[in-house]
Amino acid sequence: MKTLKNHLGLITSLVIVILIAIAPIVSGNAASREVVFTILRAIVLASSLNILLGYTGYVSFGHIVFFGFGGYVGFYLITAQGQSLWVAMLAGGLVSGLLAYLLGKAILRLRGAYFALATIGVNEAVRAFINNFEPFGGPTGMTMNFSVYQEYGGAMKALEMSFYIMLVLALLVIVLSYVVRTSKFGLGLLAIREDEDAAEVMGVVAPDAKTWAFVLSAIFPGMVGALFFFKNGSVEPLDAFPLHTSIEMIVMVMLGGQGTVLGPILGAAGYQRMRGLLVTSPIFKNIQLAVSGGLLLLIVLFVPAGVIGWARQRWPKLRRVLQ
Amino acid sequence: MRSLCVVFSASCEKHLTTTHPICRAGLFRTPLLRRSKSMDFILASLADGLLLGFIYGIAAMGLTLIWGVMNVINLAHGPIIALGMFTVYLLFTFLGIPPYLGVLLAAVFGLLLGIVIYVIAVQRVIDAPHLSSLLATFSVNMIIIGIGTAIFSTSPRNIDLQLWSISLGPVTLQGTRVVASFIAVLVTAGLYYFLYRTRQGKYIRAVANNRAAAELVGIPSNRVLALSFGIGAMLATIAGALIATFLPFNILAGGTYELKSFVIGVLGGLGNPVGALVGGLILGLLEGIVPTFTQTTWVPVIEFVLFVIILLVRPNGLFGAKQ
Repeated sequence: MKTLKNHLGLITSLVIVILIAIAPIVSGNAASREVVFTILRAIVLASSLNILLGYTGYVSFGHIVFFGFGGYVGFYLITAQGQSLWVAMLAGGLVSGLLAYLLGKAILRLRGAYFALATIGVNEAVRAFINNFEPFGGPTGMTMNFSVYQEYGGAMKALEMSFYIMLVLALLVIVLSYVVRTSKFGLGLLAIREDEDAAEVMGVVAPDAKTWAFVLSAIFPGMVGALFFFKNGSVEPLDAFPLHTSIEMIVMVMLGGQGTVLGPILGAAGYQRMRGLLVTSPIFKNIQLAVSGGLLLLIVLFVPAGVIGWARQRWPKLRRVLQ
Repeated sequence: MRSLCVVFSASCEKHLTTTHPICRAGLFRTPLLRRSKSMDFILASLADGLLLGFIYGIAAMGLTLIWGVMNVINLAHGPIIALGMFTVYLLFTFLGIPPYLGVLLAAVFGLLLGIVIYVIAVQRVIDAPHLSSLLATFSVNMIIIGIGTAIFSTSPRNIDLQLWSISLGPVTLQGTRVVASFIAVLVTAGLYYFLYRTRQGKYIRAVANNRAAAELVGIPSNRVLALSFGIGAMLATIAGALIATFLPFNILAGGTYELKSFVIGVLGGLGNPVGALVGGLILGLLEGIVPTFTQTTWVPVIEFVLFVIILLVRPNGLFGAKQ
């Protein structure tokens, strides 16, 4: 019982994700399953980004590059090499991690705004490269032969399976996020966020810690990319590297509360819900983006700590539960 | 068949103006002929690139001025450029105001817009961590793009403006481009005069140099910052307005030029207006040269790789000041 109590923060987070996912599992409604699928995808992406943005304090404006790159590699393995989805996801995660490692070694030397600019540059460079890279289909991308789904019991079954895999990924990423936050390594990251020079003086090997944080935050987006484009059936550069989604990920993390485990989950779920409502409402349909922008501006100006950060400040007793 | 080719190619070369279909199709050009054609192509491409480079230069100058004075990367730069384009377009199409007068009005509009954006979104986060100011300006970006898309849709527009054109040997210079780059040079000179010869300009430089010290000697720093943001936005709208006189555009077109401005800003050193102009010319020349030896689609790859490399090797720009 004692250990359970110690990890109350983790349990709350996991329970909330399962609660989000439970409705379509029980009802078996395919439409609501798709909605929850996008929410879970947002949770994985936002929680991954949080390891870098929230814990380490480095803003990556091109984090979607790992999603797209992993997605492309996974897709290529499935269509051109005839590999299974499992291999594709594993490979997608690994190559994204590797890319992050190499990039991290290079661009994490930059601090603050320069790092943010470099990540935009990396995203655009990779997208422009894939646009010209013929094995990956160039600007038109690749499409999947429908027969691929036969292996998984037909397209319907494959869609359903993707949902459960995404749920598992979401739970895993939360465990990872929690473990990082409560570990000594995570403490080092938080120290870097507060003051990098001071952290170095205290014995945190900042370059290594930052690089590993970057790698950890890249692996899951790569796996999600492979899964997402497997389910999507086609991949093209504009879908795989939308600079805009990178920013949406940042909005989700900020909305929920950067540097907390639960924050990105609530932020992702809340943002996706709001976006869904805006897109379908007749009044806001056309200015959905403007409304999101206005909301973001209000958060940045008035509640920079996000919902969870604010709640933790307001009710210190809840801190054990809201991590 | 081979001999036929030789015959044809010989005759093609002899009678350059021949109208024989095979010669006209260019199937049998000799290497000599191809080379001289590509020389012409390089010259024409370089001239175009150079002219465009001046305009890239002032767009980047706006970005870099804001960075230099207040350490804020204005992620709303692209939409502001797009608004400059639309100002000229709307004035021309609906009120019949000539485009070059429209450029002047777009400049005034940009100045006011920049001040408004500063007061609403930037002022409060100017001393906060970089993440806040990046997100605040990005939310302005989302608001402008959201409303702009709702009003104008994303269909391409263009201003039907025909001017003279000059032919210098193989190079034909379009009048619209020549006038636009001439205006860009005038604007640069004007900015230089303003920053170095007028009281307000000296205030701006003082605040950029050391805000606390500037306040101590009685410079109203907040007003100066608002003015600098306004001038930064003004340069963006001028660049957009000039581009609109010779290239088609839509509400999202500003994004491309924003990314180019980042590249140029880093190339010339963020915070260095003259460096921005030189960086713009370098980028313009690069865009002129690259298509002569490979496909145009590789231009962005090269640009962004260069961008990341320069960020890593010389984050203060090629001719950057020491920091």
